Amino acid sequence: MTQEVSLYERLGGSLAIRSVTEAFYRKVLADGLLAPYFDDMDMDRQVAKQASFLTMVLGGPAEYTGRELRAAHAKMTDLDDKHFDAVLGHLAATLREFGAGHADVSAVAAVAASVRDDVLNR
Amino acid sequence: MQLTFNGHAYDVLPGESVLDAMARHGVGIPASCRAGSCQACIVRSVIGDPGPEARRGLKPTWRAAGYFLACLARPSSDLTVALAGEQASTRARLVSAQPIGPGVLRVRLRPERPMEYQPGQHVAVTREGGIARVYSIVSLPDESARTGIELHVRVYPGGAMSGWLASAPAGSPLTLGAPAGECFYLPGSAAGPLLLAGTGTGIAPLVAIARAALAHRHPGPVALIHGASAPDGLYLGTGCPAVLADQAARTAQRQRPTDGHPLSWRTCLRSDGGDIADVVTAELAGLACDPGTVRAYLCGGARSVARMRRALFLAGLSLADIYADRFVPAGC
Repeated sequence: MTQEVSLYERLGGSLAIRSVTEAFYRKVLADGLLAPYFDDMDMDRQVAKQASFLTMVLGGPAEYTGRELRAAHAKMTDLDDKHFDAVLGHLAATLREFGAGHADVSAVAAVAASVRDDVLNR
Repeated sequence: MQLTFNGHAYDVLPGESVLDAMARHGVGIPASCRAGSCQACIVRSVIGDPGPEARRGLKPTWRAAGYFLACLARPSSDLTVALAGEQASTRARLVSAQPIGPGVLRVRLRPERPMEYQPGQHVAVTREGGIARVYSIVSLPDESARTGIELHVRVYPGGAMSGWLASAPAGSPLTLGAPAGECFYLPGSAAGPLLLAGTGTGIAPLVAIARAALAHRHPGPVALIHGASAPDGLYLGTGCPAVLADQAARTAQRQRPTDGHPLSWRTCLRSDGGDIADVVTAELAGLACDPGTVRAYLCGGARSVARMRRALFLAGLSLADIYADRFVPAGC
């Protein structure tokens, strides 16, 4: 059986995404491997982008495409799998904190993994 | 439905958004995503209520000021709106400008008619020659009505406004713009701790906000932090300013003994190796509460404000609960 209601909706839709996004972004900023990439960025703009990314991977109204992710990360030429894996780890941890079960987290990880090559510009 | 804007009345079709109605009538306002995310189409309701959906995503202080998003507003009754940036000017006269501390003037201005504002908001001040600068209002509204609007102005060497204020004769004419800004106390909002931190003259609006909170008997701790790079910058002194302590005492007198909520005042000096972002984080930790219940007001130099905001966010405050006012010198 396929999931009729996306995790996005089950978490609470656009109203809840704000809390999920902030929790996810906090983890990313606290990670020494990832934080330097966010130093120069305006926090509000970043949170807005993270919210769009999360909306996409959680099955909400798609606002973010692989091409946009590619363009957004194009200048970060030293990104590699360990950075991407770190972000995936924070994403999974955040979702579990908000009560997502194993199946949901796996499904989201699969969607996120599908944009690995875009983010790493491969 | 009727929409009034700039003195003209426009019809609004049932279910049509304010933005679409204006566009249909050829009235352009800034807009981008048309979906409630970018907030480019923010406007202000002067008469009427656009409904709660139109205020989605806007901070409570903006909502209280009547702002809403034109793309989301589908009004069910008549509305009069104004652009967010529209300024109504008020003429004023300089009452006095006296040093309050090293390099800072206490300026008093008397507007020709009473101005409505929330303590903590700022106002554009224009003098002859068209020189304009933005300053936060320090006095509470009843004080402004009695002795004029009070500002704390940092004197910059050769400052086109601060230098002029220091020596202009009493009675000199000025123009004031409409009070603006999202940093002000919201009575009736959640009863969590208030954390107010500022650098330099950024402390001035924070003292006003804290006094307003105390006057409203805010049911939670109120913590203020004043930071400066050198001792001269702590122009209100190292101890809690009398005006604040007096307000706290008046509030305490009216409360039941069990209601006591502490007011705290701390200073931080970079010349002593202090970092205001660290002091703010330590203060938060000292409150020993759920960070999600804390509201923070940050005012002062852009870099310090950005660092404090980031530190508080990382410590668990939501960005939506952090109100920031960045003071940017005009380049004199």
